[in-house]
Amino acid sequence: MSTFKEDSAYDMPHVGLSNETIDGDIATLNLGPTHPATHGIFQNILQVDGEKILASEQTVGYIHRAFEKLAERRPYNQITPITDRLNYCSSPINNIGWHMTVEKLIGAEMPKRVEYMRVIVMELARIADHLICNSVIGVDTGALTGFTYLFQEREKIYELYEEICGARLTTNVGRIGGFERDFSPEFHRKLEDFLRTFPKVFNEFDSLLSRNRIFMDRTRGAGPISVERALNYGFVGPNLRAAGLDYDVRVMNPYSSYQDFDFSIPVGVAGDTYDRFMVRQEEIRQSLKIIEQAWKNLPEGSYKADIPEFYLPPKEEVYNNMEALIYHFKIVMGETPIPAGEVYHCVEGGNGELGYYLISDGGRSPYRLQFRRPCFIYYQAYPEMIIGQTISDAVLTLSSMNVIAGELDA
Amino acid sequence: MESKLTNEGVAAKIQAQFGAAVVSVDMPYDMLTMEIAADRMHDLIEWIQSDAELKIGFLTLLGGVHYPNDKGREFAMVYHLHSWTNNFRIRLKAFLPAENPAIATLTDLYEAANWMERETYDFFGIQFNGHPNLVRILNEDSMDYFPMRKEYHLEDATREDKDDRYFGR
Repeated sequence: MSTFKEDSAYDMPHVGLSNETIDGDIATLNLGPTHPATHGIFQNILQVDGEKILASEQTVGYIHRAFEKLAERRPYNQITPITDRLNYCSSPINNIGWHMTVEKLIGAEMPKRVEYMRVIVMELARIADHLICNSVIGVDTGALTGFTYLFQEREKIYELYEEICGARLTTNVGRIGGFERDFSPEFHRKLEDFLRTFPKVFNEFDSLLSRNRIFMDRTRGAGPISVERALNYGFVGPNLRAAGLDYDVRVMNPYSSYQDFDFSIPVGVAGDTYDRFMVRQEEIRQSLKIIEQAWKNLPEGSYKADIPEFYLPPKEEVYNNMEALIYHFKIVMGETPIPAGEVYHCVEGGNGELGYYLISDGGRSPYRLQFRRPCFIYYQAYPEMIIGQTISDAVLTLSSMNVIAGELDA
Repeated sequence: MESKLTNEGVAAKIQAQFGAAVVSVDMPYDMLTMEIAADRMHDLIEWIQSDAELKIGFLTLLGGVHYPNDKGREFAMVYHLHSWTNNFRIRLKAFLPAENPAIATLTDLYEAANWMERETYDFFGIQFNGHPNLVRILNEDSMDYFPMRKEYHLEDATREDKDDRYFGR
């Protein structure tokens, strides 16, 4: 990684750069922790010769919140709000991934309607996630217009979240066993409106950047990675697909009825910023396609599974029915019996394979819960991707990797 | 995508190659889980990566687990690996004693292991022999304990109103 001497000028063991050259031709530059270009709190110490980056050291952990430790003290249903705060650009995917992990542990089957509803919510979240990432790539190349324009569309997605669960950013959407309520008529109206208007706006955004000479010159060749190195670094999701490998959890290990839908997995060739941008653009279109299919074919049935031990009963039954009262009490107090066992479940998050490794010893909380946070694993490759590039390319590479501090630091 | 490999087939193949190093084989929730002697773990992961049939060449996740009451096996290292060619997942475990929780690093095989091993060291104090830069990553450098170990309670350990015993366990 670092080509510089071992003796550190900083009193931080993880930083192995030298500052002996401060008066020479080589300068040390802090990109972060609170630099606008990092879009989150993490630090990159760059050594630059003019504009060219010679070495880079990363510091992460500024917003570490000990989620894995917290989870060992919480009942299963109280862990959902923790997952919101991993990749907060696509919270619903994290929430639903967690619900599915617990459902796998307890062996609960979901009705088809729940699975389709989940697909709609998760794909909306993917669109919101990719919209932010791609419009921010625009911002970092100097094109603010697309960003402000697309934020109106993201707002519509957030209004859809509000219709489902009442929250916008940290959604805590759904329950173990389905949803807390069915999609409202207002939701259907808003979704219909979104599906009608969004493609037009999105195509406008696309035409602003995708074939823009300046944008292409800025992004092509910026921060490339070969598919072999990407694999070795544990890349998943759009970043890996931009390098040319079509791994997608939705296809490889379909969950929540993804096998029912017709969609394709876009891949790039060069693994650079332009390819990452284009892969996300196409994924937004594919997500729209999935939402349309799921929404049109939304099966009849219940919006929740019949698992009274895990799913809160309706309030009126709690007041009038002894069984419902007992279940309500047990769920709220974290008293539900959970089988001992260990499961690994993964979903295709905004940044790729988002995994949950859960060990239960039968207690009220997990014995151990480990999150596979794609950001944390692939962000390691950043120095390798930017060495030899210019500072402005480093900024672009960072935004196109979609490093979300919440997911990075857990 | 259906997997071409079966749990039983892979378990038998690994057992044939590594024999006594395989301590136990289990398949919880249909995922092949094998306990491997800690000193053979690196070789085994290297072998399943390069084997022409298995091609288990993607490191999904690695991390530690603390079992303080299991004498001589206080720490577990858990590796999740995935073969994308065969769509086959495997979980490998090695148990380490509390006196010297150390295992060979995977950084020579997978760049991805670098930070995950640092994180495991940071939270559990497990040593990775041969790691190029085994220092804390998410916690501050001056921290003098390993917070994911079970002896560090999240809440005040003297507080009894949230004790599991009061919930019938």
